[in-house]
Amino acid sequence: MHYVPHTDAEIASMLKFIGVESLDALFDMVPSALRLAGGLDIAPGVSEFDVLDDFERMAANNRSDLICFAGAGAYDHELPSAVKRLANRTEFVTSYTPYQPEVAQGVLQALFEYQSLVSRLSGLEVSNASLYDGGTACVEAINLSVAATGNSRVIVSKGVHPNWRHVMRTMADGTGHEIIEVDLHDGVTSWGSDSEPAGAVVVQYPNFLGNLEDVAAARTLADATGARLVVAFDHLAAGILKSPGEWGADVVVGEGQCFGTPMALGGPYLGLFSCKLSDVRRLPGRVVGETVDLEGKRAYVTTLRTREQDIRREKASSNICTNQTLIAVTAAIQLGWLGSNGIREMALRSARATRYTRELVAGIDGVELHSSAPVLREFAVRLPIAAEVAIDRMIDEGFLAGVALDENDYGDGLLIAATEKRTKSEIDAYVTALGKVLQ
Amino acid sequence: MHSPSGGQAKSIPLMGNDEESTIFELSVVGRSAASFRKTELPEWTVDEIVPAEHRRSEPLQLADVSERDLVGHFTRLTHRQYSVDLGAYPLGSCTMKYNPKLCDDVAGMKGFTHTHPATPQSGTQGWLELLTRLSEDLCAITGMAGVTLQPPAGAAGELTGLLLMRAYHRAKGRQRKTIIIPDSAHGTNPASVTLAGYDTVTIPSDDRGCVDLATLRAAMNEDVAGIMLTNPNTLGLFEEDIVEIAAIAHEAGALLYYDGANLNAILGVVRPGDMGFDIVHMNLHKTFAVPHGGGGPGAGPVGVSERLLAYLPGPLPKRTDDGNYEWQIPAESIGRVHSWHGNALALARAYSYLVVNGSDGLRRVSDAAVLNANWLRVRLHDTLPAKYDRPNMHEFVATASAIKRETGAKALDIAKRLLEEGFHSPTMYFPLIVDEALMLEPTETESPQTLEALAQAFERIVDELKLSGPQSGQDAPRTTPVRRVDEARAARTLIPTFDARP
Repeated sequence: MHYVPHTDAEIASMLKFIGVESLDALFDMVPSALRLAGGLDIAPGVSEFDVLDDFERMAANNRSDLICFAGAGAYDHELPSAVKRLANRTEFVTSYTPYQPEVAQGVLQALFEYQSLVSRLSGLEVSNASLYDGGTACVEAINLSVAATGNSRVIVSKGVHPNWRHVMRTMADGTGHEIIEVDLHDGVTSWGSDSEPAGAVVVQYPNFLGNLEDVAAARTLADATGARLVVAFDHLAAGILKSPGEWGADVVVGEGQCFGTPMALGGPYLGLFSCKLSDVRRLPGRVVGETVDLEGKRAYVTTLRTREQDIRREKASSNICTNQTLIAVTAAIQLGWLGSNGIREMALRSARATRYTRELVAGIDGVELHSSAPVLREFAVRLPIAAEVAIDRMIDEGFLAGVALDENDYGDGLLIAATEKRTKSEIDAYVTALGKVLQ
Repeated sequence: MHSPSGGQAKSIPLMGNDEESTIFELSVVGRSAASFRKTELPEWTVDEIVPAEHRRSEPLQLADVSERDLVGHFTRLTHRQYSVDLGAYPLGSCTMKYNPKLCDDVAGMKGFTHTHPATPQSGTQGWLELLTRLSEDLCAITGMAGVTLQPPAGAAGELTGLLLMRAYHRAKGRQRKTIIIPDSAHGTNPASVTLAGYDTVTIPSDDRGCVDLATLRAAMNEDVAGIMLTNPNTLGLFEEDIVEIAAIAHEAGALLYYDGANLNAILGVVRPGDMGFDIVHMNLHKTFAVPHGGGGPGAGPVGVSERLLAYLPGPLPKRTDDGNYEWQIPAESIGRVHSWHGNALALARAYSYLVVNGSDGLRRVSDAAVLNANWLRVRLHDTLPAKYDRPNMHEFVATASAIKRETGAKALDIAKRLLEEGFHSPTMYFPLIVDEALMLEPTETESPQTLEALAQAFERIVDELKLSGPQSGQDAPRTTPVRRVDEARAARTLIPTFDARP
């Protein structure tokens, strides 16, 4: 049956060898009162071809045809063929965590290269081998900062992704951290002059609304409060923007979906995480290091293991075990495909598409730009109708118009992103359609 | 049974064992693999778009290679990597079963991959149907009333479950402080407990490897929020007193948490909900064949009993009255535990595995998993004996204690020597309560021939150690791309990036 190879004869022979009467008798240690009488209450098995039909039907019942102007940490970037093929190689896909380095140099070296690249993007010395996604990476950065400073007061810009802040608040119930959210003014954080000691100051750059924040102001607040500065960075922009390391960040996190991973309803994505060498003992998750084998050959191995859950248990720097290795390897391959010029081009082209879209959208009657701050790859607008209504109408026009802003966070509005994939004719058609549905 | 094994990777034609250069060393300035489509957009420069104070000062340097070199490099890296497709991984607690290629195809369907997570639900009815059906079937399999698919891994599921406990006790006006775990627990359990704001109370297992009821009763008090258990436990042994354990917890107002790492043993046989568990996490990358990807991504859905439904993280996928699907947020939800909806493509893979197997296929899984593990334990009786020599479930823990005494070779040496035999090593030194532990979980997808080859490999290894002393183990592995690595040096002189190299 499917993936269990045993023939009836083999089963009979094996049962005889171990002196057990029947397959059912293998479970004699389970109290009979607990045993499932009639088997599982799910449909019986089918052929793989039946499954493919079922799943193709469900896949077709999603509007994946929409021309995408939605961002918010999930972007419609081009996915090169070479990256897809390499990342889907069975040795990467079906391998286990590299606990036996002698037979895992493939994954270990790929992760070493990944860490190296992420550190160049973030501008900080050490990066880990991945966390689950940008939001949970942000939580881990807060945990590191609180542990390092001994202060559980966490100051978070409301320019940080709303879903990430939501995860922070959920997790804070367990850690007991005090999360203080700071309002935006004209689209960027208005930090104020509070200097009560804190453990972390968290700012997103560019922020959720697409605006370029003054990270120096966040650094000043961090200095005044004795806190670690955590910058949530759009690492794709590293080819163009000053890196968080250059801005003086202590910890850099981000969402790595932009590097070779499809939008896929939000997962699996990639939590990017970098910190300073001085904080490496508190780094969450796995980290790969270079070493040699006993013949002096260069080799890679997971290192500083005493931070991790299997060794430090309740005192571990994090509880993470399974991470997003395959997505990290994909990112490394994508960054290899892009190269120095390509990463710059990709960000620049996304910025051009965004600027063109922004100029035309701002020209539509009744539409106002959300703020005057400079943007890079996405921007927010206020519409004359509810954003959700606009989005629904635009679906009928063949577009995913953007992401609706939460009224409580930013006031009703629409967040629009254009990547290097968007052409002039697509954008022109989008603007025409938007103009039409807003009347 | 002396036919060849389908799970032994001795035939890989690795060409020598030279190092593979890093991509940085293959880099030549000016090379590129990238190309971009024509967009006909105005060609504004960086200076025109980005204000001076935000501009990067030095150009960013990555690795610059041609597509040909990119492909050559990563392909060669895969030739230095063991994988399930290549051979068997009898790693206890990991459930390294075969990853069906059907699931790869499902994960590549454009209708699933090219969907933005913020698409309105009218535009994601296909995804919502998949996630709703998966939720319902996982509840049926585990005997739970509701489930969240958001946690992206088992440990994340554990933390989610513990936060659900907090919400539950808070609603009852209780201030509980501790979680009881057995000393055989996986390290993520106490680590998650700490993150959930509780303290860990560890209780010793009895001399049969199970939870001792008297010890548990003594440890139970009004401070205890819950007990975290795996069943079968990390020794592969069924906690036969589970009904009494559940009663002890519930009488004290505590909740019972099921670590689903070992769910493969009981599919279709017994359900955690029926055993009395209130919260259950599942490891879809174990039980439901989501490939391990070198360490992830996985998925760690959490199921709950009726009384915890209101607290589940949202949004949750649900059926509407008119045959469609929608997102719903539970009344007293603890919030979000992921930026979006969890590792959606991993969930799709798991669901295709669930559907192709169905009720009969999943029962076959547990039958064969438990049969294989028991067969292996009996077969290895004289070579690598189980610590608890009685019927186990899908895995068992052998001890190399006697071998160490007799030959000087340790569990580590046996594990390394096994790599030369074309098998991946079993889990070493876990659980902590067994000396020189080697945990073996063959899974249901390895054939009897592979198990026999594995047993013979162990026999060869141990016979040689007994005959000639520990050398063959301590020198191992000799035939892999690298020999044993200097872990002390890796930690002492940390080189976590190419730029950190001296």
